[in-house]
Amino acid sequence: MTTTSALFYLFSAVLLFAGARVITARSTVHAALYLVLAFGNAACVWLLLRAEFLAIALVLVYVGAVMVLFLFVVMMLDLNSDSFREGFWKHMPLAGLVGAVIALEMAFVLIRGFDVRSAPAMADAASVAGNTKLLGVAIYTRYLYPLQVAAVLLLVAIIAAISLTLRRRKDSRYIDPTEQMKARKADRLRIVQMKPVVEPRPASPPDAPAGGAAGAKT
Amino acid sequence: MNLGVITLGHYLSLGGLLFALSVVGIYLNRHNLIVLLMAIELMLLAVNLNFVAFSHYLGDMQGQVFVFFILTVAAAESAIGLAILVVLFRNRASIDVQDLDALKG
Repeated sequence: MTTTSALFYLFSAVLLFAGARVITARSTVHAALYLVLAFGNAACVWLLLRAEFLAIALVLVYVGAVMVLFLFVVMMLDLNSDSFREGFWKHMPLAGLVGAVIALEMAFVLIRGFDVRSAPAMADAASVAGNTKLLGVAIYTRYLYPLQVAAVLLLVAIIAAISLTLRRRKDSRYIDPTEQMKARKADRLRIVQMKPVVEPRPASPPDAPAGGAAGAKT
Repeated sequence: MNLGVITLGHYLSLGGLLFALSVVGIYLNRHNLIVLLMAIELMLLAVNLNFVAFSHYLGDMQGQVFVFFILTVAAAESAIGLAILVVLFRNRASIDVQDLDALKG
């Protein structure tokens, strides 16, 4: 047993253990952390397959972004974790049966059908140019248009996620800048045309009656 | 199947076991939508593992290109799925799949 095969069995065992703990963990936070472990070991398995760029991308994208998002959502929601476990063991026989059937069927096909031992052409080309360069050449020449479509898909995902969760607070007062910019002079100020009216001057100077009234009041 | 030499069948068996495990997880965790999303991520990981293994053993780069696009779509899927989950929790205060019966007649 060489080092590579020993590492393969180690990473596979940890990967399967972490996957089993993801689906059976009592706490959702623990499930998310075991999923991080599973992704890390899957990246190690991909490194054994000499897919370095994808292994690093898996760690960056999944462990760095998606799992943090999962943990954020788990901690943001006020979840009642008691109700998650009811019916867990009731579904266990059916689930185990389906899983065993899938595993046995796949094993039946896979055991003897794919006995490919080595990959000479891929190994030589990859060792000369490097996996990242080969992948980059393939993506940016032949698959350039699908790459653009994938970028647009990410943009759509951003807009969809933000617009789904955007919530306007009703109890806070704020000023909408677009409404402010749209305001015209006519909205605020009404100019009324009217004829100038000049009041006639009182005949006598008003000092004496006003003083007399003030004196009478006091 | 020789245990000493790692063949393509080893990697495909690992992917198949992981896929079966996540199917079991979908059966078991029907009260928790977040763990369902995690099981879907595990499924995508198993499929990606198959793609990478085939790409390595057949000497073809297109498998890894496809894995790249699957990673993109999976990231978008989990982001929108979690956004829907947050909106669902705001409206129903529950993430149980059994409670999603508003369209049931």
